[in-house]
Amino acid sequence: MFPQLADWLTDPANWTGDGGLLQRIAEHLRYTIIAVFGAALFAVPVGLAVGHTGRGATVVVGLANAMRALPTLGVITLLSLQFGVLKVGPVLLGLGILAVPPILAGAYAGVQSVDRAAVDAAAGVGMTSWQRLWKVEVPIAMPLLLGGLRGAVLQVVATATVAAYVGLGGLGRPLLDGLRVTDYPRVAGAAVVVALLALLLDLGLAGVQRGVVPRGLRLASGPRSPRRRGPFSWGGNRLVEPADQAGIRS
Amino acid sequence: MEDLVKYLGNPRNQDAVLELLVVHARLALVPLLLGLLAALPIGWAAQRYRRLRAMVLGASNVMYTVPSLALFVILPGLLGTKILDELNVVVALAIYTAALLVRPVVDALDALPGHVLAASTAMGYRPLRRALTVELPLAVPVLAAGVRVASVSNISLVSVGALIGVGGLGQLFTEGFQNSYNPPIVVGIALTLALALVVDLLLVGTLRLLTPWQAGRPTARSAA
Repeated sequence: MFPQLADWLTDPANWTGDGGLLQRIAEHLRYTIIAVFGAALFAVPVGLAVGHTGRGATVVVGLANAMRALPTLGVITLLSLQFGVLKVGPVLLGLGILAVPPILAGAYAGVQSVDRAAVDAAAGVGMTSWQRLWKVEVPIAMPLLLGGLRGAVLQVVATATVAAYVGLGGLGRPLLDGLRVTDYPRVAGAAVVVALLALLLDLGLAGVQRGVVPRGLRLASGPRSPRRRGPFSWGGNRLVEPADQAGIRS
Repeated sequence: MEDLVKYLGNPRNQDAVLELLVVHARLALVPLLLGLLAALPIGWAAQRYRRLRAMVLGASNVMYTVPSLALFVILPGLLGTKILDELNVVVALAIYTAALLVRPVVDALDALPGHVLAASTAMGYRPLRRALTVELPLAVPVLAAGVRVASVSNISLVSVGALIGVGGLGQLFTEGFQNSYNPPIVVGIALTLALALVVDLLLVGTLRLLTPWQAGRPTARSAA
């Protein structure tokens, strides 16, 4: 079956044209970007606000954690039945809900992780609350915030395959169509492409994440300790789950 | 709402839903256990041997980027199973669980106080006995946090299996969608959330039992 899979993946006819893999990848990325962007518009301000003021943390974090247990397929099928099948809104909403908890946790944990001494110093030199947030907390929180975003992107990329189930496109299309007609190379081929897409996006975002560490922090951390602990290693702030860091849940 | 009452009032639906709930719990929890059993020796070895550590942690990160639906449909080709075989879902979720738990195992072992290990060695504990009777119990709190995350993750992931015909409560979503009928979907979502909550409470209870020395101390808050 692997030769067949390789044949399917290398056949240009499967990539181009209407319903070809290139089109499906574009659709898949479109769902992902819109859903994550929408989720970030909501989750980043809330996460920053909770981290900055320290108010409402228990409630917000609890709600975000409960959201993690929501099955996306259920949310999307339910919303599709309510608002109409073949519409993209329900799918984007379902995927957006999936993206909220990791982004929220990243933003919140990022601000939380800022050394209190730095914030106090900022207040001491006369910075206002806003200035402290934008000039001190947000830059320092950036790696964790982006880590949350990275986790969200991965979960959404992986889960966007369900869009095809409610009649839309994306890489779930060849996967589910192939299943229906038991065209195994098509199913496995689409699965491989989703996995590669997820991996490439993760590598790209990991690079961005390393790039946003403020220069001051990089200098302060000095030569790397032999046991390199990424911004996301386990055991620090538990609010950012390994799932958000490492990748995907779906 | 009326529909929901009518749907749940039908004994045939009750039986079907109950059965799916049992399947769902099985599909989520068997891999949790298998994944944990696999992660323990792998994490232990990775923590002991520096060279292995980078390799294992890297591999677990990569494994975690493979979408579950992709894994569900690729596994039959690798295992020689039928595409509708429950085993595909079990193996896929066990792989995710192991990938997710290796890091907490390594971190938990890293954090063990050196003097305790030194004392147990001095008392004549051999490596295996030390690992099982000293290191493992002390690693439980950190490990438990990882297991809780993995359990929620598994429980919500099982439903994706419905797209390939094996999905426990997820089958209520596909059934409801195909019949344009909300109640099964609502029931499915509610039961998935309830299952996640109940399992999480059980895990917290187990953690308390396994770590009596922590009684009274606030437990590390982790995600549900």
